[in-house]
Amino acid sequence: MSSHNKQLAAGLLAIALIASPAFAFDFGRPATPEEIRLWDIDVGPDGKGLPAGSGTAVQGKQIFADNCAVCHGDSGQGAIKDRLVGGQGSLASSMPVKTVGSFWPYATTLFDYIHRAMPYPTPGSLSTDETYAVTAYILSLNGIVSADGKVDKDSLPKIKMPNRDGFVPDPDFDPAKLFHNK
Amino acid sequence: MTSNTPIDELPRPANVSRRGFVGGLSAGILGAMATEASADSLADIPDRGPGADLSSHSERSRFAKIDRIPEATPGKRNIDPSDAINSKTPHQKLVGNITPTDLHYERSHSGVPDIDPAQHRLLIHGMVGKPLVFSVDDLKRMPSITRVVFIECTGNGWENWKKADPDLTVQNTHGLVSTNEWTGVPLKFLIDLVAKDKDSNWMLAEGGDGAGVDRSIPLTDEILNEAFVAYGQNGEPLRPAHGFPMRLLMPGFEGNLNIKWLRRLKFGNAPWMTRWETARYTQLLANGKARQFQLRMDTNSVITQPSGMMQIQPGYNRISGFAWSGHGKIAKVEISTDGAKTWTQAQLSLPVLSKAQSRFQMDWVWDGKPTKIVSRSTDEQGNVQPDRESFIAAMGTNALFHYNAQQTWSIDEAGRVRNVLA
Repeated sequence: MSSHNKQLAAGLLAIALIASPAFAFDFGRPATPEEIRLWDIDVGPDGKGLPAGSGTAVQGKQIFADNCAVCHGDSGQGAIKDRLVGGQGSLASSMPVKTVGSFWPYATTLFDYIHRAMPYPTPGSLSTDETYAVTAYILSLNGIVSADGKVDKDSLPKIKMPNRDGFVPDPDFDPAKLFHNK
Repeated sequence: MTSNTPIDELPRPANVSRRGFVGGLSAGILGAMATEASADSLADIPDRGPGADLSSHSERSRFAKIDRIPEATPGKRNIDPSDAINSKTPHQKLVGNITPTDLHYERSHSGVPDIDPAQHRLLIHGMVGKPLVFSVDDLKRMPSITRVVFIECTGNGWENWKKADPDLTVQNTHGLVSTNEWTGVPLKFLIDLVAKDKDSNWMLAEGGDGAGVDRSIPLTDEILNEAFVAYGQNGEPLRPAHGFPMRLLMPGFEGNLNIKWLRRLKFGNAPWMTRWETARYTQLLANGKARQFQLRMDTNSVITQPSGMMQIQPGYNRISGFAWSGHGKIAKVEISTDGAKTWTQAQLSLPVLSKAQSRFQMDWVWDGKPTKIVSRSTDEQGNVQPDRESFIAAMGTNALFHYNAQQTWSIDEAGRVRNVLA
């Protein structure tokens, strides 16, 4: 088929679509798989959504120093923004210290949050491997992975965070029960 | 200006008679007099005359000084706006139930993005038959609903968890709730368009801000029936601070579930455990465990007139405030003027709307003796706003969010109104 005929066929198709009666609820346009991938960044606690790649705490130390330390401090504490390290054992005290190590229940959430929201001035600017590396470094600062530890999409969901069992669901919206009576 | 300057030599504002000017001047010299005293005879009222040119939009009177206050975490006040994490509504200066659009409280997690609606899209995908992309214009063409609802930051009231700073106004203590009229497309309509899988009962809503704030939302019947994607606020497009060009509206639920700058809805069958629903908006109890998915905003009320840092006179005083509940309509508000010993039912301004601020008022004659005033609300489902003692007994003092204990204002012998715990 010549290019002229291709254009003609496309034109006829377009006319046919315009001529057909509009559906009552014909809004929006189909989302293509390629563009969904660009925005589909969420990571679940089971690791669903984690991309291929990996990073080590050793690599993460330098990336953290370059991108994160100005707000969070070289070792994840003592600077102007959220403290990321320590506080374990403080949650029942009158001065609880909520950090990744003392409070966050899932390591997957750490990857998700760094990937979507950090560094604050340029969210999403770290590569996948850099994000894994910073995740590994913050976990290592909290003694959750070793100082030369490595994380990837298989290992991250398997990490049991120290406060994993520290949450009690509101009885009205308990995910374990909410839709199980229907 | 000093009191020995000859009056006739002073510059006189236009449209003000010499007599009115002298009256105003003497009030100014006396210093402590209220504004009304500058026109205590009708002869002192300025002459009428042509006013300012008409304009493309109207500003507040220069005599009405009314502003939000940018603030940070509890106890961090009078801060540089660049350090603010919220901006509080001046309830002590407002009347009625609708918060003026520019004074609706603001809470943002990565500033206010400047979004061109022509370049904004809403993606709906996940467990759906037809993933779709919508423009703002697509939404505006759809069937819409309009509803008056409150939105409340879960941090509202957080100044009083551990102590009561006596110098707080009701803007400081309760400035993180506001009520507006919102217009948009029912969530149910969008769900039908994408043909949601019937096994999907959780939805992730994500914003287009720098933080990409995202929350997992359970698709209960109530939420399916009431949630909507709003593009209109008090009759006009959303203000950027409130989610322009579109946001999720979740009547009765945590403010941060009402995702602003909404750009993605994803359907699934379990919560995603985002940072916001794990590390942030969970309530630490006294035993060190944190309550999670406490999504509904509870039954609440506060007296706004008189309130913190005001001063009243003995004799007649009208008490006024507002009540609200994420459970539905306010059924009654009671007021105590003797420190919660005896209670009198206040008058509610009608109509009372579900999940919206409801104004109440009551006549009161103050005998000039020190006392405490406090309100408590009851909603149509019978939920009663708790007193401080039983509330703290249940929640501890570390929860940070979801403070809905009764607000007490003390009044001393000079009529000074101050924030107290109870």
